[in-house]
Amino acid sequence: MAEVTEEVAKVKEPKEPLFSKKNRKLLIDPLADNNPITIQVLGICSALAITAQLKPSIVMAISVIFVMGAGNVVISLMRNIIPSKIRIIVQLVVVAALVIVVDQVLKAFAYTLSKELSVFIGLIITNCIIMGRFEAFALGNGPWTSFLDGIGNAAGYGLLLVVVAFFRELLGSGTLFGIKVLGDPIEKTGLYALGYENNGFMVLAPMALITVGIIIWIQRSRNKSLIEDH
Amino acid sequence: MNTEKNSYTIIFAIAMVVVVGSLLAFTASSLKDRISANKRTEKQQNILFAMGVTDSNDPNEFVPAEQAQELFDKYVGEEQYIVTGSTAEKTNSAFDIEVKKENDKVKQDADYQRKMPLFIGEKDGKKYYIVPMRGNGLWDAIWGYVSLDNDFKSIQGAFFDHKGETPGLGANIKESFFRDDFIGENIYDGSGSYQGVTVKKGNGDPKNERKDDNAVDALAGATITGDGVTAMVKKGIKMYLPYFETLK
Repeated sequence: MAEVTEEVAKVKEPKEPLFSKKNRKLLIDPLADNNPITIQVLGICSALAITAQLKPSIVMAISVIFVMGAGNVVISLMRNIIPSKIRIIVQLVVVAALVIVVDQVLKAFAYTLSKELSVFIGLIITNCIIMGRFEAFALGNGPWTSFLDGIGNAAGYGLLLVVVAFFRELLGSGTLFGIKVLGDPIEKTGLYALGYENNGFMVLAPMALITVGIIIWIQRSRNKSLIEDH
Repeated sequence: MNTEKNSYTIIFAIAMVVVVGSLLAFTASSLKDRISANKRTEKQQNILFAMGVTDSNDPNEFVPAEQAQELFDKYVGEEQYIVTGSTAEKTNSAFDIEVKKENDKVKQDADYQRKMPLFIGEKDGKKYYIVPMRGNGLWDAIWGYVSLDNDFKSIQGAFFDHKGETPGLGANIKESFFRDDFIGENIYDGSGSYQGVTVKKGNGDPKNERKDDNAVDALAGATITGDGVTAMVKKGIKMYLPYFETLK
């Protein structure tokens, strides 16, 4: 958490352009060099739970982008009136209320979509990236920068989700978005005719952790500045 | 303004609860009618799906929501029954009976006579006896609609759904590759005793060619959800057997 607390100390500069260099950095940094999963190691639990297939991962990524963008703005607007003693509870209430309202509206106007999403509601509320960004950024920064920070971090989370899900679905089930890209494992067509088998272990949660580990390894060996001194 | 004072903290907390509480209550009550209409449509779609009435373009999709009422009237209509023990009463209120509430009532009062909804659909001259059921998956409730044929020997169609099973694992009980395996599966073994249908790991029959083994192939990484389906199907159909005996 050392690097995140520094951001709180950042002072808001008046009258800077909407997409100044600093603001662009807020949006882009979390995609790679400050990725919430691989660098900050937040949001691992939901990343393990839902990355067995691509489709739910993308649905989750979009939901989290929405909730984080809106949540960061709400917390940022309230940052001067929230009593610090109960700030965690306030954050929890904001994110829970936001998610429930969205779920209810979807249930009324887009029922099929809400059925797809219902599984994720609980996972969104408990996602530590959301609480982490509220705490580390939105409480100390203005609404616009908080919005960018929220979108950026959620997108970084979503990007990793999609990468992990791609490998897990391809190697574990031989499909992408449910389409059998490697042939049919039961009828033994395509790659399976050559004796290839799906790796059943890939659909289980531990392999998500190992996949994330491999991504962290690759990322750090490409960019040595990410390695901490010990 | 001093936001560190205890009085401020308490007032803030109270105000927050009131504001958020009323926001949620307002949202819930203003959308209630729409949501329950959607749920009703979904139930009609589920029942139709279990008897093989699906979207005309895609057999793995429900009938379109706007046609659900019309098609439900056409295929099921008034053929709704409330089964208690070995008798049944024909009534349209069968549609409003929730298996969950009946389960709760039985749990609270052991003497309670369970009301069991049964829908009889007719398609192409063939009758489908559609049984709603509910059970437990790994994380939360699972439920489904299973249709039986005239002889009450084999399953003709099934639809399963869940509240919060893991996406990509237990959530696959919704998918056609799992659900379609139930079609044609016998619920009695060779000696004629009731077995239900077991979701079984490594039953050596991944293409599900044997319909008399009372088993379908399990889902990888979803043992507990699969066991939940087994228990739900077995118990769900069993409750209706005394009534089905009288129809044979």
